[in-house]
Amino acid sequence: MKRSPLLLLLLATLGTSSAFAVEYTTVIPEKSKITFTSKQMGVPVDGKFGKFTATLNFDPAKPEAAKAQIEIDLASVDAGSKEANDEVISKGWFNVKEFPKARFVSTSVKSVGGSRYEARGQMSIKGKTRDMTIAFSYRPAGVNAVFEGLLPLQRTQFGIGEGAWGDTSVVADEVPIKFRLTASQAIATPKK
Amino acid sequence: MIERYTRTAMLLHWLIAMLILGLFGLGIYMADLPLSPQKLKFYSYHKWAGVSVFLLVWVRILWRIKHAPPALPASQPHWQQLAAHAGHGLLYVLMIAAPVSGWLMSSAHGFTTVWFGVLPLPDLIGKDLELAATLKLVHRYLNYSFLAVVIGHALVAIKHQWVDSDGTLNRMLPSHH
Repeated sequence: MKRSPLLLLLLATLGTSSAFAVEYTTVIPEKSKITFTSKQMGVPVDGKFGKFTATLNFDPAKPEAAKAQIEIDLASVDAGSKEANDEVISKGWFNVKEFPKARFVSTSVKSVGGSRYEARGQMSIKGKTRDMTIAFSYRPAGVNAVFEGLLPLQRTQFGIGEGAWGDTSVVADEVPIKFRLTASQAIATPKK
Repeated sequence: MIERYTRTAMLLHWLIAMLILGLFGLGIYMADLPLSPQKLKFYSYHKWAGVSVFLLVWVRILWRIKHAPPALPASQPHWQQLAAHAGHGLLYVLMIAAPVSGWLMSSAHGFTTVWFGVLPLPDLIGKDLELAATLKLVHRYLNYSFLAVVIGHALVAIKHQWVDSDGTLNRMLPSHH
């Protein structure tokens, strides 16, 4: 995962406590996955995205300072069958030629009790940007941390499935996206 | 006076017959359609009707165990009676095997069968696309054979009714008084 200068700056400003803060920053792709479930005529069909990148800054001691950016390579979609894969990258669905990526950028994170959190942010797919709230949990796993959560995507808000495919009685509007991101930690250097 | 099947047996026979004919037609038509919402609907209707046949056949078998079918006309030669029983037995086997092959095929493709979009059937096998391709062939040729047996069944009934005029078909038709 590449760290942008902006993120480095962020890291530096975040590390204001005198103690060493544990911050999870680097998502390990092999231990992470993004899946979704579409519902076709009442039949849940599982799918996944094979390629994505995520940048995190999460310190369990200061969740409100956390940041996340997730970028999904839409052409890496597996929608459950060859036929569906060819369809879903086409113009009426993701239109990957013009809009190859989906992007979520967090604007604020808050704790909602226990190890559960809520990230508000903006989701951009197919040239459309919408506010979205992601519920997620945090769990330490050895030196890493596992973040699991759910994006409540409504496909028609982004024009995913146009024309006849807009019929949500055939393919449901709600396509919940689940993720499990495993991130390794970086130790933020204290300022003092 | 000829002896007839019970009303329930007739209802089950003709209901299942209509469903099966619809399933053959829809199945052959939809298989090569390009992906569209309409195709997804057709596939679902086909599966719902197929599961319905599967369930109705069990009702029919239970009914038949409790209510013995009327005897075949005594005028029929012994070999014809044997052939009739064998043919009917084969139809029962196919009425169960055909929907089961479709159900398994769907599971192998990774699509759970959800009856009327409400009641999910268990996936007896997991997603396995190689197996799915094999089961697709099994489902296709099993049903071509099924269609051939159904056509044979109908032709023999027509022969009994209009060539032999021995009242065999009347056993499965309601009386007019």
